[in-house]
Amino acid sequence: MATQDETDMGIPLPEGASDMIDTDYTIGQDNIETQIGPFGLDIHNPVFLISGLSVVIFVLYALIAPAQAAEFFGWLRPALTSTFDGFFLTAANIFVIFCLLLIVSPYGSVRLGGADATPDYGYLGWFAMLFAAGMGIGLMFFGVLEPAYYFGTPWGDEPLGTVRPFAEDGTLIAANVEEAKRMALAATSYHWALHPWAIYAVVALALALFSYNKGLPLSIRSAFYPILGERVWGWWGHVIDIVAVFATLFGLATSLGLGAQQANAGLEYVYGIPSSVTAQVVLIVLITLLALISVLRGLDGGVKVLSEINMVLAIGLLLFVLFTAGAVGIFTDFFATLMAYGHEILPLSNPIGRSDDGYREGWTAFYWAWWISWSPFVGMFIARVSRGRTVREFLTCVLIIPSLVCIFWMTVFGGTAINDMIANVDASAVKANVIDTYSPELSLFAMLDSLPLASITSTLGIILVIVFFVTSSDSGSLVIDTITAGGKIDAPVPQRVFWCTFEGLVAIALLIGGGLGSLQAMVISTGLPFTIVLLLMCFAIFRGLQSELRA
Amino acid sequence: MYRKIVVPIDLAHVDRMEGAIAMAADLAKLYGATVCYLGATTPTPSSVAHTPEEYKQKLADFAENEARAHGQDVTTHVILSHDPTATLDDDLVKAVDEMGADLVVMATHVPHIGDRIWASNGGNLARRTKASVCLVRATGEASARNNKTEQ
Repeated sequence: MATQDETDMGIPLPEGASDMIDTDYTIGQDNIETQIGPFGLDIHNPVFLISGLSVVIFVLYALIAPAQAAEFFGWLRPALTSTFDGFFLTAANIFVIFCLLLIVSPYGSVRLGGADATPDYGYLGWFAMLFAAGMGIGLMFFGVLEPAYYFGTPWGDEPLGTVRPFAEDGTLIAANVEEAKRMALAATSYHWALHPWAIYAVVALALALFSYNKGLPLSIRSAFYPILGERVWGWWGHVIDIVAVFATLFGLATSLGLGAQQANAGLEYVYGIPSSVTAQVVLIVLITLLALISVLRGLDGGVKVLSEINMVLAIGLLLFVLFTAGAVGIFTDFFATLMAYGHEILPLSNPIGRSDDGYREGWTAFYWAWWISWSPFVGMFIARVSRGRTVREFLTCVLIIPSLVCIFWMTVFGGTAINDMIANVDASAVKANVIDTYSPELSLFAMLDSLPLASITSTLGIILVIVFFVTSSDSGSLVIDTITAGGKIDAPVPQRVFWCTFEGLVAIALLIGGGLGSLQAMVISTGLPFTIVLLLMCFAIFRGLQSELRA
Repeated sequence: MYRKIVVPIDLAHVDRMEGAIAMAADLAKLYGATVCYLGATTPTPSSVAHTPEEYKQKLADFAENEARAHGQDVTTHVILSHDPTATLDDDLVKAVDEMGADLVVMATHVPHIGDRIWASNGGNLARRTKASVCLVRATGEASARNNKTEQ
């Protein structure tokens, strides 16, 4: 742990007081900088090569032995979620508590980028990028599905074993409706509010702190400097970065798979275009092409612009549902959901002595592994756009505000869907597509069907899914490109083209190799080792902030 | 004939800049022009500098050394870019126009097939700015391959 006077090194202070780490490592010293044909390359040795080769091998495996891949991942997922559910739940709780404590502690006043740094992005552009990278497709996919599922589940997945609103013959049990709705919205909010954003915040804060304030490369390994010292530049660091590239790649592939299926289902539902693997592969190719254009236009001209377009479209859809489904009722529901969330968060996050295995293992543990596998990507992306904020401002804006927005989103979409199931027990399209037959990718469109102008809003929904898909893919490519270039953000263009293309190929391979089941299982398995990485990061952040406060 | 000469500088590859720097110095003497070194950096730490402030300082130090060697004053200007891979071309054009430069002297590489798809930074600049642009090839591939970083 180095704390020393920069004037000795002939380096000026970075925009006000900060405590740079003194290391002999030069960013890019392990890089291979060369020219292959017309393409310039500037890649980290060995992170780029090992990650790239493994991806190729993995894609080949899924293509050559699809049945075996499906069988293996089909076994892996339930094995991991049922074995490590307690570990995932406990770790996520630690992240939330850690972040909340930092907000109120004196460490909250540390500014990312040095005491006098000013923010690179305004609030709107910043929020748009946070959401588009972090949750976009998930909000579209699960916004209706999850609350509706918990509300009416006949499969024993009730959160905390709460009451069911439907009797065996499908009729409504009036006495249970209020409680089932309250618990469905609270349990959904639990998966989309403080916990996921705390997971993102931990990674983002670690990277921003060790990059902007400590002068280390923008790469996951840098957060481990307080623990591993100079060893982070060797194999310890290589392994951490390679795992991060893997997690990002497979996390993105899940989202690409989910997004393509949902967009395809939407196209079938609205326009009658048949749902098939071929159509989904075409969608992935199309979206990867759009993402390529975006990464070529860069962070400000591509990713940020698309994120802002997306935010406007999403707000449009949100407001439409809000007002056509009854704004007064939904606002009442929103405050009720906030209360319910506050009331149930402790029992829901308790890892021991529970019997709601279907919910805890099948949903919560899956979600936590999913967020965690996304966290290197989203965290690094958030770090890249968060220079100039104080730790307190950063955590408030990455933790509290997105949580409120997500709870609101879930109340609007999920609440509307549940109200429709209550009002039209026999004719509800949501009930038909979520409870009676489980067609998760149709849930959003089924809900929009119950509102006016369904063909217009469903089209908007499909466009949103596709653009969210693109914004995840392009920002993810930038992140992987940076990690595999040893923290350089100015690596040559062909590298980001390579990663963007490969994300698409992995998504296609997984889709053909074993469908969504293998996608999910892959994500879970990268989320598990990274949970340990994140726990260590909390300690590293603490040490880093300590030395920063002394500066 | 020329009043303000801008020399784009890549601090990570200063060995490739020698030709352009020497030519800019000679032309400045010939026309009585001022010389400004134009550098670009990122908010994140790079191989050259840990912070934008450090980069500014390093470019100023570099300029001072060169100024002493060539016996003339050199000013500096720094572009801060979030994503130089994508936006360096646009940033260069904007900076050159804003600074009111009438001549850009810039190091460039021997053209290869890739330049037919994406023009080099220098080629792009020549196409898009009002200033005259003089592209200087690196002297000998051997020195260009030998990229010692100035740390």
